Amino acid sequence: MLKGKKIQTVGMIVSMVVGMIIAACLAPAAVPVTSEEPAAPVAQTTAKSTLDIVKERGKLICVGNSALPGFGFLNEAGVFSGFDVDYCKALAAAIFGDPSKHEIRATSASERFTVLQSGEGDVLIRNTTWTMSRDTDLGMNFGPTTFYDGQGMMVHKDSGIKTLQDLNGASVCVQTGTTTELNLADQMAAAGVTYEPVVFETADEVTTAYEEGRCDAWTTDKSGLVSRQTILAEPSAHEIMDVTLSKEPLGPAVRHGDDQWFDIVNWVVYATFTAEEMGITSANVDSFMTTEDPNIKKLLGLEGEFCAKIGLANDCFVNVIKQVGNYGEIYNANLGPDTVFNLPRGLNSLYTQGGLLYAPPIR
Amino acid sequence: MTSAVQTATRKALPPPTERYTILGWLQKNLFDGWFNSGLTIVALGLLYALLRPLLNWAVNTARWEVIPANFNLILRGQYTAEQVWRLWLALYLLAFVVGFAWAANTKIIQGELIVLFAVPLLLMLVPFFDGGIRINLLIVEAAGLVGYVVGRVLPQRQSRLGVYALLIYAVVLLFILRGGSGDTGAWAAVPTNLWGGLLLSLLLAVFGIAISFPLGVLLALGRQSKLPAIRMVSVLYIEFIRGVPLISLLFMAQVMLQLFLPDGFPTIDRALRALAAVTLFSAAYTAENVRGGLQSIPRGQYEAADALGLSTFHSMTFIILPQALRAVIPVLVGQFIGLFKDTSLVALVGLFDLLGVARTVLGNPNWLGTHQEVYAFIGLLYWIFSYMMSYTSRRIEARLAVANR
Repeated sequence: MLKGKKIQTVGMIVSMVVGMIIAACLAPAAVPVTSEEPAAPVAQTTAKSTLDIVKERGKLICVGNSALPGFGFLNEAGVFSGFDVDYCKALAAAIFGDPSKHEIRATSASERFTVLQSGEGDVLIRNTTWTMSRDTDLGMNFGPTTFYDGQGMMVHKDSGIKTLQDLNGASVCVQTGTTTELNLADQMAAAGVTYEPVVFETADEVTTAYEEGRCDAWTTDKSGLVSRQTILAEPSAHEIMDVTLSKEPLGPAVRHGDDQWFDIVNWVVYATFTAEEMGITSANVDSFMTTEDPNIKKLLGLEGEFCAKIGLANDCFVNVIKQVGNYGEIYNANLGPDTVFNLPRGLNSLYTQGGLLYAPPIR
Repeated sequence: MTSAVQTATRKALPPPTERYTILGWLQKNLFDGWFNSGLTIVALGLLYALLRPLLNWAVNTARWEVIPANFNLILRGQYTAEQVWRLWLALYLLAFVVGFAWAANTKIIQGELIVLFAVPLLLMLVPFFDGGIRINLLIVEAAGLVGYVVGRVLPQRQSRLGVYALLIYAVVLLFILRGGSGDTGAWAAVPTNLWGGLLLSLLLAVFGIAISFPLGVLLALGRQSKLPAIRMVSVLYIEFIRGVPLISLLFMAQVMLQLFLPDGFPTIDRALRALAAVTLFSAAYTAENVRGGLQSIPRGQYEAADALGLSTFHSMTFIILPQALRAVIPVLVGQFIGLFKDTSLVALVGLFDLLGVARTVLGNPNWLGTHQEVYAFIGLLYWIFSYMMSYTSRRIEARLAVANR
């Protein structure tokens, strides 16, 4: 009889496993499924705030990218590095006063939202475009845009292609499963241009195919075009067309339902903007400790209790600036003139310099 | 079946007396008459034309420096640099245990043994390894020799001791890799999310094989069981797992599992989740392979075992399974090689196995556009390990003389 009982238990376990598998099969592994599931994580977050969970765990978990040049990758020493990674560090510095107290949960483009929703990560910082459907359907709150990108198109210089209309009948290489592919279709349809899309799984394949002449043009975000152009066999033989196919505001995102956590993410990003605006860098932040400027004093926690309002120690922004840097420093370290990208700031300049970075005042 | 009939009549042939020099071999095999000579020359020309661009790329264009620069990453992922000595310790022990198990199993010195002992020495020749690595490789070699000597001291052949040693090693290995609970010190914890590269791929493959094999055998027996409950559960399990792609199981384990678990349930280790998915997946296929073996055993064997009064357990372990498993070695090894290569799918759910680190190396701005080099290299690593498995299986088959029975 004992044997029979054992069999029953085994049977139960197996049927549970089977049941879970059926559920997995019924739910397509694509993103939208998460939109039906936000109930559980929201309930979780109201029970215990994300900040408490993070503090209890002793480290921040950022849902990130592990294979995007300049934004997130493992360097030769096996340490995460990149623009998005620095924002994760900035958050960790604000919360713990120690930027190393973070972990990057590497994800693919399709699973990133699910990982955030399931509570396996605290914040999504993975070159994620802020769109209305993601903001609403997926139950996300998007923080300030940290990088304004736009989809562009690269062509051979001697092809004489200048406008989208010139691409009539041309083949265009594009990465599959991205908004890029959809934007391309939308824009080409709007321009009344017929073209032949040639799709590939990764950016590497796309560039290789383009270089081998399998397509007349290829498209991705302009930051990607610039970085890839530097490594083509003959960079000067190609040019990036003067058209922008889409707006791609990239920034951090959090789950719906925890406003304090959302505020923390927002204001840490704004603090990096504000610090650049005031000329405060990681190198000179200490010299501002004796400043009389009330705005700077508020940023550095010398006047008022602004960090305390979001549940952090009052010098939280000092830690961010000192240990990670202001926006300009983060940008230059990862994408600036000293890197292979050498990306012009463009839209990513402060509003005072014709860009879009505009932080509300800390007051 | 036919081969079994033939063996009875086959006579042992005398060894060949003819020995060729290289030139003699060339003449006999490649330049035997004007027609064959012509064919050889045309074939060589074709080969050259096909391989020239490849060689040209490999020698002139390829930026192979990406491999040495990221070598640590490819081998061990983010495994804490200060704790790397523990990986070496694990390797010393592995060499010792393998040497011991080998000597405990057989005292005849075979070619494979010499090849095995040559591996650390050959690795020392890799040009970009520094002195520390070479010394460590020497210690690995020495540990292997010591293990072998210890094994030889045993009075008689005791294969079981070797198996036990390997099992104990598997447990010790996890302890060494995982470490204690502290964050600092010599025995600091290295959480599994830092394990990566070849280390993670091999661990997933080895533990996946080691766990899925017994599970698969049980499922195969379950499917043949006379008890309807067991049979149904086994059939359901096997058919469901075989009906879904591995990647969906991995997604399920990595992404969805957390949604199903109750609030406050501790997060299950992600490497463990991947291992569970790979293992459960492989077990279903193993079960079907083993069932093929079970069904190839003639009815008479079962009846003979019953006639001897053996219990089901004994007739299975002594009569049926040994024959059934021997018959399906090639299929099983094919399945295991497949499992090893399938572990690369975990890269898609954010683990840094070999493919995962390859992708992140390609994300490093210093190494943009080196995907051909990186993928060629990890392809080579996959090939080496897969070939080793298939070679081992052929040796095992030869040892058990599968084809001649």
